[in-house]
Amino acid sequence: MTFLSDTEAIGRDLPRRDGAAKVLGSATYAFETPLDGAVHLHPVQSTIARGRVTELDTTAAEALDGVLAVLTPGTAERLASTDDRELAALQDEEVGFRGQIVAAVIADSSEVARHAAALVRVGYEQAAHETELRADRDDLYTPESVNPDFPSDTAEGDVDAAMAAAEVTVDETYTTAMYHNNPMEPHATTALWDPDGDGFLTLWDSTQGVHPTRTTIASVFGLDEDRVRVVCPYVGGGFGSKGQPHVHVVLAALAARALPGRPVRLALTRQQMFSLAGHRTPTIQRCRLGADKAGTITALAVDVVERTSRIKEFAEQTGLPARTMYASPNRRTTHRLAALDVPVPSWMRAPGECPGMFGPEVVMDELAERLGMDPIELRIRNEPDVEPGSGKPFSSRNLVGCLREGASRFGWSERDPRPGVRRRGDWLVGTGVASSTYPVNRMAQSTATIRLEGDCYVTEIGAADLGTGTWTTLPQIAADALGVPVSRVEVRIGDTDLPMASVAGGSSGTTTWGSAVVEAARAFRARYGTEPPDGAEATGSVGDPDQKYAKHAYGAQFVEAHVNVDTGEVRVPRLLGVFAAGRIINPRTARSQFIGGMTMGLSMALHEDSVLDPRTGHVVNHDLAEYHITANADVDVVEAHWLTEHDPHVNAMGSKGIGEIGIVGTAAAVSNAVWHACGVRVRDLPVTLDKLLPALE
Amino acid sequence: MDTEITVRVDGVPRRLTVDTRTTLLDALRERLGVTSPKKGCDHGQCGACTVLSGGQRVLSCLTLAVTQAGAQVVTAEGLASETATTDEAHEQRHEQRQHEGTHDGTHAAGRCLHPVQRAFIDCDAFQCGYCTPGQVVSAVGMLDEFARGWPSAVTSGTEAPRLDRAEVAERMSGNLCRCAAYVNIVPAVQQAAEASAARTSEGAAGTGVAR
Ligand code: FES
Ligand code: FES
Repeated sequence: MTFLSDTEAIGRDLPRRDGAAKVLGSATYAFETPLDGAVHLHPVQSTIARGRVTELDTTAAEALDGVLAVLTPGTAERLASTDDRELAALQDEEVGFRGQIVAAVIADSSEVARHAAALVRVGYEQAAHETELRADRDDLYTPESVNPDFPSDTAEGDVDAAMAAAEVTVDETYTTAMYHNNPMEPHATTALWDPDGDGFLTLWDSTQGVHPTRTTIASVFGLDEDRVRVVCPYVGGGFGSKGQPHVHVVLAALAARALPGRPVRLALTRQQMFSLAGHRTPTIQRCRLGADKAGTITALAVDVVERTSRIKEFAEQTGLPARTMYASPNRRTTHRLAALDVPVPSWMRAPGECPGMFGPEVVMDELAERLGMDPIELRIRNEPDVEPGSGKPFSSRNLVGCLREGASRFGWSERDPRPGVRRRGDWLVGTGVASSTYPVNRMAQSTATIRLEGDCYVTEIGAADLGTGTWTTLPQIAADALGVPVSRVEVRIGDTDLPMASVAGGSSGTTTWGSAVVEAARAFRARYGTEPPDGAEATGSVGDPDQKYAKHAYGAQFVEAHVNVDTGEVRVPRLLGVFAAGRIINPRTARSQFIGGMTMGLSMALHEDSVLDPRTGHVVNHDLAEYHITANADVDVVEAHWLTEHDPHVNAMGSKGIGEIGIVGTAAAVSNAVWHACGVRVRDLPVTLDKLLPALE
Repeated sequence: MDTEITVRVDGVPRRLTVDTRTTLLDALRERLGVTSPKKGCDHGQCGACTVLSGGQRVLSCLTLAVTQAGAQVVTAEGLASETATTDEAHEQRHEQRQHEGTHDGTHAAGRCLHPVQRAFIDCDAFQCGYCTPGQVVSAVGMLDEFARGWPSAVTSGTEAPRLDRAEVAERMSGNLCRCAAYVNIVPAVQQAAEASAARTSEGAAGTGVAR
């Protein structure tokens, strides 16, 4: 696909088209779809982590005024496919994790549904469960591949020999916690089964992809895809957890089919989301580096141990970034999984890269410390010429530019490298840096249609806007591809009635959908020239991605951290990121993506930690009072900048995905800055005061 | 147990039957179809459900609907129409014409946004928008509290506080934003406060807070 050279709308700081609807609250989210006669669904969850349901007494629930039906494995319809055991709602009595759905109540109000769900009596035959992830478990296994289809292990050269021969080495183990995506809008589905003819299912679902959701649900129910419609104009955040349908979507559809003609509303409670809507697995990362005295890395190894659920495998690709980040003749990365009795892990913002740039970016700082070398210089010294592993040329790689630009903006040159020597009042002050990276992903399929309606070029594609700015940026792309003012372009997204779009995942949305829009615009101009008749229409689809180049975005994040000498409290008054992510379509929405990702990275560094009690298999801090995420007062200055980067190889727009890179590396930069402030290396996230206090005393 | 109550919602008296367990949030969203206030946690932990009741910001998920009989409840949607003056409406429509890209009309057609809402758009103080109506209402309530001299946890001394970053961030910390638009929310609130102050000193409309 040829590069779009003449741009007028791309790169402009346009306000969000859905802005007014969002500040008013008139944008309609899934649960809110106005429908007459809607009923409410409330799940009953298992209180054991492993075993069987032996008794389900629904008498009291059914006796309640307003209860319409109680769904159980005995009464729910049989699904056509139960291959995905996460989605096999109410198909058998087995319990694979605590919080699994064992029954559900449909009632004419939410209060009654919830009350009745509490009246369902469940008896169990409990089996011993295991939830604890440890690197010394004897049941660890190597998955066939890691998400989505990367090899589990890689090896080049001889790491052990190179470590033994290296002049300076570091060998440390780092851990990241279990995290929950917690989008502000709880996962919600409104479902309607129209029994006319062969029947038709409509789902108003909070999803990052209407078409992928339709494909999954149609196959679970054995319906043709043309008998299912999924609608989602607005998503109240997803961060990966709405990238694939979870069991509640199946449950809502089951309930709708049990009550034909009645819309059924289901919104998970915040508490239910901790077991039903996916999470990020905790990880244990043994990171080893060997180098010569000049700082040239000769050995690099990352061995990852992480968790999946016994009922469904998800193998986070934590070792992935270490495969291509820095040069080293000897390199090894491995993934080992423990399949335990825990809820099903899944995608969370930058799966793989986000946890996988914690250990590797702190170990770089530790190596720099041992070498007595500046951590930025160490990174620059180990810059590869071609992509390690594949040997492919980079389409563009500006990590060094990001580090240098960030250093100058942050004032890095004045830094005294010694830890624990700067005190301002009761606070120890330090600074730290880490790199960021994220691949340029493009999905294999997406189609867009452009039609002239009067004065307006209507662009249709079933894409999603999770707050990422799609409503605003796709028109900018269409306008430039058509050569018309952006005010003459209208987009329609978020509906399977529109042309097929891939999931908003892997930061691939704009790259994939934008490419389809450019194809459609070119087909439109090729067919109709510059004087199209009213109603003129053309369609375009993405072709095969070009595999010649290694394509990644890069960034550098700088952190100032303060540690209280008496309490060990950590504050981060300044976060600064510089990114090289191709052409920026809209600087306003892009900046929000970067600062949002960086702030979520700060949240991961300092606050987030899902505490799973091994005795019960229950995430005990399962709400927003106890699962801490950054609040306004936790965040001070967060700056995002970017380099002008011209990359004609990524796609016609020259853009790279930007939704995830902001969270990559932040936690490492925070930990590095905390070390510089107070001299304590925190290798286990989150960086909380209990880990600092013993050394401060 | 069911009870009949009348609540004024965004200026319109609404008569409805509620279960005595029903929260104000569920009454608005599920019984009246007023979905501007959002449910993020249902436990008073996120602020997405913030509305004004009697001019003060309250968490509607922690407020039982029966306690609101006769109350004046204002949501983010209601803030817009409430503050419209002819001049502002004119000015705003003009501005919108200047902004290519807001033409699609489904959004804000004929609506006059509150200064806080306009500042949120100007500063891109949101992404997914789910926390946003709560943030907006909370900011309006907070600016009124501030104007009345209420201190916050970061207010030092006894002098009247300035609406600096720390004050805004502290006073807005009951409203979580998972998209993490915080660094844009703070300037948006400050910008709205300045806009209101400028108008007040010109003797035009006030902050638009319903009392
Ligand atoms: S929904 Fe009321 S505070 Fe979260
Ligand atoms: S804008 Fe998404 S939660 Fe605040």
